[in-house]
Amino acid sequence: MTDQKKVLEIVEKIIAKIEEEKEYLTELDQPIGDSDHGINMARGFQEVEKKMPSLDGKDIGSILKTVGMTLMSKVGGASGPLYGSAFMKAGLKMAGKTEMDINDFLTCLDTAIEAIQKLGKAQVGEATMIDAMVPADEAMKKAVESGADDKAVLEAGSKAAWAGAEHTKDLVATKGRASYVGERGLGHQDPGATSFSYILEVISENV
Amino acid sequence: MVGIVIVSHSENLAKSVVELTTMMAKGVPIEPAGGLEDGSFGTSYDRIRDAIDKVYSDDGVIVLMDMGSSVLTTQSVIEMEEDGKKVEMVDCPLVEGAVSASLDSSLGESMEQIIDDLKTVATTPKM
Repeated sequence: MTDQKKVLEIVEKIIAKIEEEKEYLTELDQPIGDSDHGINMARGFQEVEKKMPSLDGKDIGSILKTVGMTLMSKVGGASGPLYGSAFMKAGLKMAGKTEMDINDFLTCLDTAIEAIQKLGKAQVGEATMIDAMVPADEAMKKAVESGADDKAVLEAGSKAAWAGAEHTKDLVATKGRASYVGERGLGHQDPGATSFSYILEVISENV
Repeated sequence: MVGIVIVSHSENLAKSVVELTTMMAKGVPIEPAGGLEDGSFGTSYDRIRDAIDKVYSDDGVIVLMDMGSSVLTTQSVIEMEEDGKKVEMVDCPLVEGAVSASLDSSLGESMEQIIDDLKTVATTPKM
């Protein structure tokens, strides 16, 4: 599916995408959160950008671990520890690997979901990034089982993530500041589910 | 004496909570960890880690947080940096909890006792 060089290229594209969408992500965060998701994610990924030269030639595990540690310490909002632990734990699974196939990618995603749920305690249906991640994971596993090629698997995942993000409009949040907004948050799309969908979209477009 | 760390999205709020507790209980090792490194609004992994290190002793450290990313970031710091050390985060109202914990700590109470007392803070009526 991809080698370490390709992984670095994709990380570069994710950095660019988050920067491009930072205002939209912040706008989504305004009615239900503290209006900083886009700014925070962009700050974290700009710090990742600074680390890129040091990642040349490194194995995929090291790349993911560095991305995770940087996001963890530099984002400044809840998405820092959440995305941070997701990338770091996925990095541990890819330790020493210089290539990854679609099953490795799904292992990374499973690990990321587990890390995020352990830290944030969110279940499906609580209007968080989990509501994009879990449907994407399920759709990709189904596509792999049906014998689809890597590109088709990732496209199915990206589509399911976006549908999941869209569905957060119909859900009442129970975590973080959004939990105080309660039912008044209905109709608003979760920013974390949206940023995850962008990340998966970038991956599917570039593999 | 048990150390205390106050984590908030706001640098000023964390500092002010510390200021308030030092009026009510003297000599307690208590540190604020509010805002980002540049002082803007957010929660800083590095600030929380440094504050814990600053007040750490064998008696342990209790961390109190405002909400959301303060809780998640503190949890990450404890998991990643404080492995095997006596550091606990407690779920309670921030200001009232900070006063209760500092008072207990200044009286030489153990970490376990302070945590037990903090559990009653949310349900202790003010009126």
